[in-house]
This record gives sequence, C-alpha cells and structure tokens, in this order.
Amino acid sequence: MTEERNMNEEFEMDELFCTERPKPVPPPTRKIIRDFYNWAQANSLFILAYGTGCGGIELRPLFTARYDISRFKILPRPTPRQAGLFIISGYLAVKSLKRVIRSYEQMQNPKFVIALGSCTVNGGMYWDSYNTINRLDYYLPVDVYVTGCMPRPESLIAGFDKLKELIMAGKAEGANRYAEKFDWYKANQKKIIKDWDMPEYNW
Amino acid sequence: MKELLERLEDRFTVTESDVERDNLAFITLPSKEVVQAATHLRDIEGFGHLVMISAVDYIERGIFQLTYILHNYDKHSDIGVRTEIDRRNPVMDSIHHLWAAARVYQQELREMFGIDFPGSPRVDEPMILEGWDNIPPMRKDFDTKKYAEETYFPREGRVTYDPARAMEEKNYPLEARVKKRIQKLLREGKDED
Repeated sequence: MTEERNMNEEFEMDELFCTERPKPVPPPTRKIIRDFYNWAQANSLFILAYGTGCGGIELRPLFTARYDISRFKILPRPTPRQAGLFIISGYLAVKSLKRVIRSYEQMQNPKFVIALGSCTVNGGMYWDSYNTINRLDYYLPVDVYVTGCMPRPESLIAGFDKLKELIMAGKAEGANRYAEKFDWYKANQKKIIKDWDMPEYNW
Repeated sequence: MKELLERLEDRFTVTESDVERDNLAFITLPSKEVVQAATHLRDIEGFGHLVMISAVDYIERGIFQLTYILHNYDKHSDIGVRTEIDRRNPVMDSIHHLWAAARVYQQELREMFGIDFPGSPRVDEPMILEGWDNIPPMRKDFDTKKYAEETYFPREGRVTYDPARAMEEKNYPLEARVKKRIQKLLREGKDED
C-alpha cells in the first residue's frame, strides 16, 4: 500500500491533463449541414454507464430485454471518452459529484446531461442532508430533467425522446453553456468540494 | 443467556445488564474493560463475529454511548456490549486486532462522530466526507438543515404540508372549513363573520 502511494506521489499529475479551457463550439452555419449534424447526434446517444444514486437501478431494465433501449439507438458505453450522454441518476453526494465532474469533462463534444429524479431538481428527500447537493444545474449544465422518485424506465424513455427533440431543434447546447459560464460553474463546484485536488481543466 | 451474564458479572464490572430475548442481551461496561470483555467473549464464549459498532450522541449527558454487537454462530445468540465515553475527550481503545473489520467501523465513527481510536489503521483518512472542515456531522450539535441551506443552493418554492391536514382539506373541504372555524372560535373567543 505504502509503495503504491509513493509511486503516485512521484507522478507529475499536471502532465496528464490538458490545460486548455473549454471553448464553445458554434454550430455549422449552413442549415443543411447543421440539420445533418443534429440528426446524426440525436440518433447516436451513447450513455456513460455511471449510476450515482438509486436511479442506477432503473438503467438495468432499460438496457436489457424488458425495455431494450437499443431499439432507440441508445447504448451504454464503459468510458467517458466514448460516451455522449450522461445520466445523473438520483442523489449526488459531494464525493461522487467530484467524480461526475471529472467524467463529464472527459466526455467529448457533443455531450448532453439527463438529470433523473427529484433529487437532482431540488434535493428531493435529501434536501436537508449535509452531504448531497440540492440543485444539479449549479454544477453541470442539464438538458432534460426527468422528475419522479424514482421515475420508471418509461419516463426515462420519454426523457430520451424529449432530448432527441431538443437536439433536432438545435437547442441542446449544454456543453456550450458550460464553456461560456465556466468560471461560474467552477466557483460553485469549488464552494462545496473542499479538497480540490483536481487540475483546473481536466479533460 | 442468564448463565453467560452471571459469568460475565463475575469477571467484569457490569454496571447494567438487560436481557431483551433468549438470544439477545446488552451489558454496560466501563470503557477500559471493553477490549478485555470482547477478547473474552470472542475466544472463550464463542462470539466470533463482530456484527457492528455503533455510537449514540447523548449530548445532554455529555457522553457518547458505543455499542459493540457480537454474534455467536453456534448458539445463534447476540450480545451487545455498551460503554460510555466522555464527549469532550472522545477516545476509545481500538479492537482492530480482534476483528480486522472493526477498522472500517472505527474509521466511520471517527469521521461521523469524531471519536478517536488510536492505533486503528487508516483511521484518520476520510471515508465519505472528503475535505470536511466542520464539526462531525452526526453529532447532535451540528445543524444539518442550516448547513445544507447555506451550502447547497436550495431551490426556491419548496413547501411542506402536514399530510393529515392536506388530505382532510382535499377530501372533506366542508368539514375541514367548519373545523377550522370552530378552532378559531375556541382560540380567539369570537367569530369573524
């Protein structure tokens, strides 16, 4: 154990991370190309398989035979680098928020966030807890909220439909919002993550 | 269970004991004797399994009450060893040498209640609360609601209804109104209308 830790300390962590701030990516100016991009994005939603709260259990029937989400061209991916859609499934402790932020920033554009359950809207039943956040939209840009405690897989599918509509209309600009209001998001994140040992920009 | 308690009373200063069921009893010991008693229970009486260690904050008495629950697989019986430690100087002897699993409980108690277990491995490392800089959150004098409201940007518009009253007003509106009027009449001595 101690040997491992000593090895980690010798690492220059900064070398592993990009120091570039995120930049807003303007959509293509020509309408036909823009529409094609949006159509392609809406039909290849790859979920990052990361269950934060109790909503993680709703994703299993969604992926498997009962609801079979691959009918809608949606697939789970094991790593943030391959995923485009982050489902925050339920309550988010400060400890897991830190991991969520890192995973979100490692995802590549275009990327979207679906917030599942009332915990992400206003804290839900954990609204007065010492360790869970109340509003997700202060820390990550949320595209679609699915309310309920917990929502059934059907309502999650309705959420996917809504997200597809937004993408087709070119309104799912969460990643650009994150890049534009980057300092505000970072200030909110740093307010609650007290041991900020992450690099400033980590993708 | 009675015989076991008698044997324990011969050996240790049991200040309080109560038998909940045939297979569950609690004894209270001074904090200095807990490790001895746990060793005795494990090696001689056959309580080989540590179920859990828990703590209760009795702020009005100025103590933390620790409960060690042990299980005997042969007799299917449990015993809880309770002890009280001073709240201002919460230090307790570690039992990680008896059960390796105790270290996790002790780390958690250290984090949530601030009870120190000197010598327990990794006891000072954060488990859930990374970078916590307030008083330990499970202590009674920690105001959870105030902390959450100050820290986590509460969303406007949260209202709380008393469920009994809300359902009454929804299902029996007339009766609820009459009841409200009568209560007001009794309270103020006069009716408005």
